Amino acid sequence: MTTHNKIDPLGPGYEGVAGKELRFRDVFRDTLRAEMNRDQDVFLMGEDISGGFDRDTKEPLDAWGGPFAATKGLVQEFGPERIRDAPISEAGFVGAAVGAALTGLRPVVDLMYFDFVTVAYDQLLSNAAKSRYMFGGQTRVPMTLFARSGAGTGHAAQHSESFYSMLAHIPGLKVVVPSDPYSVKGLLAAAIRDDDPVFLVNDKKLINLTGFVPDEDYVIELGKGRYMQRGDDVTLVGMSYTSVVCEQAAVQLADAGINAEVIDMMSLSPFDEDILLESVQKTNNVVIVDEDTPRASMASEFAAVIADKAFDHLDAPVKRVTGPHSPVPYNKGLENAFMPQPEDVVGTVRNMLGRD
Amino acid sequence: MEISKEKLEWMYTTMYRIRRFEETMLEQTFKGNSMGVTHPSDGQEAPPTGVCAHLTDKDWIGSTHRGHGHCIAKGLDTHAMMAEIMGRATGQCGGKGGSMHIADFSKGMLGANAIVGASIPLAVGAALTAKYKGIENESVGVSFFGDGASSQGVLHESMNLASVWKLPVIFACENNGYAEATPAWYSVSAEDIASRADGYGMPGVVVDGMDVFEVYEAAGEAIARARAGEGPTFLELKTYRYHGHFHADDPKKYRKPDEEEHYHERDALKNFEKRVTGQKLMSAKKLKSIRDSIEQEMLDAVEFALESPMPDVEALYSDVYVNYSNPIFGLR
Ligand SMILES: Cc1ncc(C[n+]2csc(CCOP(=O)(O)OP(=O)(O)O)c2C)c(N)n1
Ligand SMILES: [Mg+2]
Repeated sequence: MTTHNKIDPLGPGYEGVAGKELRFRDVFRDTLRAEMNRDQDVFLMGEDISGGFDRDTKEPLDAWGGPFAATKGLVQEFGPERIRDAPISEAGFVGAAVGAALTGLRPVVDLMYFDFVTVAYDQLLSNAAKSRYMFGGQTRVPMTLFARSGAGTGHAAQHSESFYSMLAHIPGLKVVVPSDPYSVKGLLAAAIRDDDPVFLVNDKKLINLTGFVPDEDYVIELGKGRYMQRGDDVTLVGMSYTSVVCEQAAVQLADAGINAEVIDMMSLSPFDEDILLESVQKTNNVVIVDEDTPRASMASEFAAVIADKAFDHLDAPVKRVTGPHSPVPYNKGLENAFMPQPEDVVGTVRNMLGRD
Repeated sequence: MEISKEKLEWMYTTMYRIRRFEETMLEQTFKGNSMGVTHPSDGQEAPPTGVCAHLTDKDWIGSTHRGHGHCIAKGLDTHAMMAEIMGRATGQCGGKGGSMHIADFSKGMLGANAIVGASIPLAVGAALTAKYKGIENESVGVSFFGDGASSQGVLHESMNLASVWKLPVIFACENNGYAEATPAWYSVSAEDIASRADGYGMPGVVVDGMDVFEVYEAAGEAIARARAGEGPTFLELKTYRYHGHFHADDPKKYRKPDEEEHYHERDALKNFEKRVTGQKLMSAKKLKSIRDSIEQEMLDAVEFALESPMPDVEALYSDVYVNYSNPIFGLR
């Protein structure tokens, strides 16, 4: 096993690494499988994760294979004890996962849509995140949760949120946001092997994207960001799908002769202050792109750290490109207007650099 | 229970409208005209119809992700519903809600809700308002929810509250046997969900939810109790969804053909037709004229929706609050 804390991206042509081009969703499932093979105490809970049961034999059917088919095939391999289909009782099974983690297992919970976090939030906030601290370090809560976030699929107000800061705000909970197949493999493995509760937020828009994934067993160190592209005119900071948006914006900016550096944060709690400061000290301009609503957001938090620790290096105020302070609308046009688009990033950079 | 001629006509009109709305909505979804996810309720026409037959605009209902039937039975306009599903400015919620969030407060409809279980306490709150104002006799709260939702803690809290406060609530559980692909026999630890009512000190009634007359009768008693100030009732309406969980779901992957056939034989509409014509309560001609008018209504609804404008981008920022000192547009 290797720990990746390299700060440059892995990608096609990355020297000396064997690997292949894979889909995000397949890598996600393969990583779950690998972690379950690696450790008998790892098991999965969630609604429809084994996708139906035969009326007569009572055997799982795997008809759905989990939300977005994330766990397809796993119940045949591991059986219903370890791919544990749960009734619609988020508060109950997240709480049960905390209890199982306190007593020696390593539960992984599929919460389906990010918006359902709030149904289980008390268990997450008051039990998962605080047990170690308030019991004086006697215990650990080695559990992992994951859920799909993000607008763009016509799921409307109650199935489209990206309230990352609602999780990152909680002391005791770690938060990671993969942005491609490479990072989901390394971050999911690291989350499951970590002894603290870790929440992996998975933007729906990433699920069918493909990318280069090394064959080797590796974890990505929690709390590390990475450079997706080097440049010296402006730093674009992305997280989850907005890292893809930043890369698209960087291509458009290159056409206009602007050389953008793109950072993918990968972890939101803890997060990589060093990479932010290092890049800003070089480019002197920074735009943070976050699909979350702007108030008390990760974008605001990153901006605060940069203002605090790299103020003298800034040529312009820190800019944030975010969603509006609104719920996510249903209508496609409105939904597109809600989400930060590459064009919004490009416009912000041009304004900032006075290059209209 | 004696049912007036007008009521019978209303029931058939409502059930046929629900059936055809779902089929039409699906057609439009597959043509790419819907903007998102839809959960059809064809097969489940009897529960909303039999319950809402006893309600007026002053009564309130809470609904689910599978809410089109509830909306129609509560008297919502199918043109505005179709337009909402197509994301238009003329939609019931201006195109901002979509299929899973259709509401009409002028009709006593508290909204479809995409968080499973989340609308249940809203009906309890509506009943609380009624009791507070001393108008229980004319305003009850009905909460529609599924077998899957019965596993949510909030249902159990709501039942206890309604019972402790003796509120005019009807818990209308539409048990269609499945929550997504998960069968109720797997996820519900009781033979009948209605048996849970006992523990919360309210009557629990198991009802054939494929038979609108049975639903009508059971709901009538429950609503009369509520209006008389005697507190909540739990109805378990055993029913079946003909389609998959959502528009693109194939239920054959997790349901057996004999089961589907069994329910299709007990189709709420077919049995209604057989019964009313057999007992000479309604003529075949009358039934046909109702169907014809609904067919036209569906054509009109689709045309209305397709010709309606999209919302202006300003709608993204409006109605987040009633008033707020500094509106925040996306930071760009
Ligand atoms: C809190 C929450 N958990 C999970 C879901 C995902 N989900 C949507 S519908 C559904 C099944 C609901 O089953 P049931 O209550 O029986 O209603 P039905 O779909 O059968 O009408 C699930 C799990 C959700 N929307 N909200
Ligand atoms: Mg159901």
